[in-house]
Amino acid sequence: MNADLNIALAGNPNAGKTTMFNALTGARQSVGNYPGVTVEKREGFMNFENLRINVVDLPGTYSLTAYTQEELVARNYLVNERPHAVIDIVDANSLDRNLYLGLQFMELGIPMVLALNMMDEVRRSGKRIDTKKLSRLLHMPVVETVARTGEGRQELIREAVACGRKRQGEWKPLKISYGPDLDPVLLDMCSLIEAAGFMSDRYPARWLALKYLEGDIQIRHLAAQAGEIGEQLAGLREKTENHCRITLEASPEAIIADYRYGFIASVTKQGVISSTGQKERIIFSDKIDRVLTHRFFGPSLMISVLYLMFVVTFRIGEVPMGWVEAFFTRLSAAVSDLTNPGLLRSLLVDGIIAGVGGVLGFVPLIMVMFLGISFLEDSGYMARMAYMMDRVLRIFGLHGCSVMPFIVSGGIPGGCAVPGVMGARTLPSDLEKLATLLTAPFMPCGAKVPVFLLLGGAFFRGSAASVLFWITIGAWVTALLVAWVLRNTVIRGEATPFVMELPPYRLPTLKGICIHTWERAWQYIKKAGTFILAISVLIWAAMTFPSLPEEKMVSFEKEQKRIAALAESADDEKKTEDLQALLRDSRNRQAQAALRYSLAGRIGTGLEPVSLLAGFDWRSNIALIGGVAAKEVIVSTLGTAYAMGGESGESGLAEKLRKDPHWNVANAVSFIIFVMLYSPCFVTIVTMAKESSWKWAAFSMIYTTILAFALAVGAYQAGIFLGR
Amino acid sequence: MNRQRLCLREMAVNQRGTICSVKAEGELGRRIRDMGLVPNTEVTIVGRAPLKDPVALRLRDFTLSLRNNEADFITVEVCGN
Repeated sequence: MNADLNIALAGNPNAGKTTMFNALTGARQSVGNYPGVTVEKREGFMNFENLRINVVDLPGTYSLTAYTQEELVARNYLVNERPHAVIDIVDANSLDRNLYLGLQFMELGIPMVLALNMMDEVRRSGKRIDTKKLSRLLHMPVVETVARTGEGRQELIREAVACGRKRQGEWKPLKISYGPDLDPVLLDMCSLIEAAGFMSDRYPARWLALKYLEGDIQIRHLAAQAGEIGEQLAGLREKTENHCRITLEASPEAIIADYRYGFIASVTKQGVISSTGQKERIIFSDKIDRVLTHRFFGPSLMISVLYLMFVVTFRIGEVPMGWVEAFFTRLSAAVSDLTNPGLLRSLLVDGIIAGVGGVLGFVPLIMVMFLGISFLEDSGYMARMAYMMDRVLRIFGLHGCSVMPFIVSGGIPGGCAVPGVMGARTLPSDLEKLATLLTAPFMPCGAKVPVFLLLGGAFFRGSAASVLFWITIGAWVTALLVAWVLRNTVIRGEATPFVMELPPYRLPTLKGICIHTWERAWQYIKKAGTFILAISVLIWAAMTFPSLPEEKMVSFEKEQKRIAALAESADDEKKTEDLQALLRDSRNRQAQAALRYSLAGRIGTGLEPVSLLAGFDWRSNIALIGGVAAKEVIVSTLGTAYAMGGESGESGLAEKLRKDPHWNVANAVSFIIFVMLYSPCFVTIVTMAKESSWKWAAFSMIYTTILAFALAVGAYQAGIFLGR
Repeated sequence: MNRQRLCLREMAVNQRGTICSVKAEGELGRRIRDMGLVPNTEVTIVGRAPLKDPVALRLRDFTLSLRNNEADFITVEVCGN
């Protein structure tokens, strides 16, 4: 789709950029990633006076250096795509700090419109901003907006369109003074850059010189590759740095920041901002914080909020989840009616519908959970959680922001590691993000919980709930300890600065939350439709082929026919029932024999010599291997493998396991530990690979399984020893 | 009025002061400066996390939090009493 005009939205995080983007484009937007990085790219279309306008929501940043992926992405987009205009959305409550980024756009010279957002809050706080004066001083259109209500939206886009048309892609870099120590050297660097023609087709020379002095990694790297110019610039920089250190005791970087803030103050102090009253909004927010981050109430309220969120998620999520499940039950019944017994029916019903249905059944739950998480994020509470938890998580080499991925993954039982791993995006640094990604899947996700409940119910009668509690504690302890080990071995490195804004509490907009939730749910659904579908078919095939040899089939069939005939001719009811039970038993034995004969069964049997160390027989092995595809498979496969068929429920399976001579408390504990810790499911692994790399995803599969097996063997052997 | 220089870490909740110097360099220095913590900026301590770390401060009409070991790089001039 071709657009008449490209407009980019830029600004600080929490300035209401995405809210404005939603207000402008509505639902006509798409979310993807920028190539090669995990920074989200939001794009949407809107119509304005017969023009088709493409709007891009750039990632929220505080500056334009090359330190973070977000900043690099924003900068590269502006320079490479050269949009017709940039709308800089600033939080008018803290104009000075927000203009720090705006000033860097002005130094680039890109056609720009300033949106003073959250003007409703500014007005309420009794502050006045002289918009006309600001516009005159900055030489650009300035529009007052309230993104939440859409106020100023039309005017903003009109100004952006006018600005884009007038400038016709021409960039007019602003030159501000950086004082007697830097100005001369900047001039020297500029002439060098211009003479060498170094990237001057894309960036203004002065801007390159500034970034070079600021120590920008990307620019310095490019200059070094460009040959002579790199050496010349490096020489100048070194000289300047020494000079600044001796005379001013500061780095050029610090001096540049000082002068930028000085320039901003010189603009805003000229009567642009006048305060008449109390800073109401912040005071209100402070009052809430006094309770919500209080020494005692803070942590206890945090736990209550999280607990409540999960209770609500499951209570509400249960209902639509039931509908989805009922739909798939009906679908498989309908398909069974339409097809003949045999491979096709088995593929459709046991393979595809069971597999995809099992995953899609989680969609309502995930949606409700994300609704809650989006609320916590947009309201500003999430930042407080990171603030409160940082001291604890830092000990283990993590970051305050790791708390949410852990909780979403199942830190309170019932989460899901897929959104948890995706949630690790909010972490500001790669090291802590990686440590979080690699340990979050230890948490008891919703698909593992049935396994724990099954075994807890079977072997620790009446205390399944406390079993789940201790499993959760165990998962947290393991995740934190493993994170600590990883951060001190394979992902060693300095802790990232915490420096983080605590945005004032705000009531989130319904529209924003809904769009957010839907996006994430849709990503999950797409995965279920493609990846899970393929895996389901594969697993089904492994558990079906090769099928039992002819003579064994025939012998089972003969036996079943004989019993059926007897049952038909039997006269009293009791006898008929007994015979029918016998028939069921025969069918189950056939299913079990077929499973053992299949590829999956052979692998399970082949693994026994090793797996028996942890007390897993071939049937457990199949279930656990299937569980790598999706943890939901564990219980259903145990069901098949223990010849329970689909008819009787889990309570039947618990009974069967308890009576099975192979199972005892030691097996149960070892099985629980293994399921708790071993390889994340395939969907999680794919998500991890997308968020980091395939190398780390593979590492995660291997190290978790080794750890899980070692601990399971330990637990089993100890159990056997004590049981003697 | 007697003025006193101290490290941001040592400031008490609700105490106010003006930044004299920011000694942090590299990534930390950049992040601190990006958020507007530059000399001559007025800051007020608004609170501390339940475990006394990180600390929350008010500057330029917004709230920022940073860890104590990051606050160590910042010296502040306060009006003593």
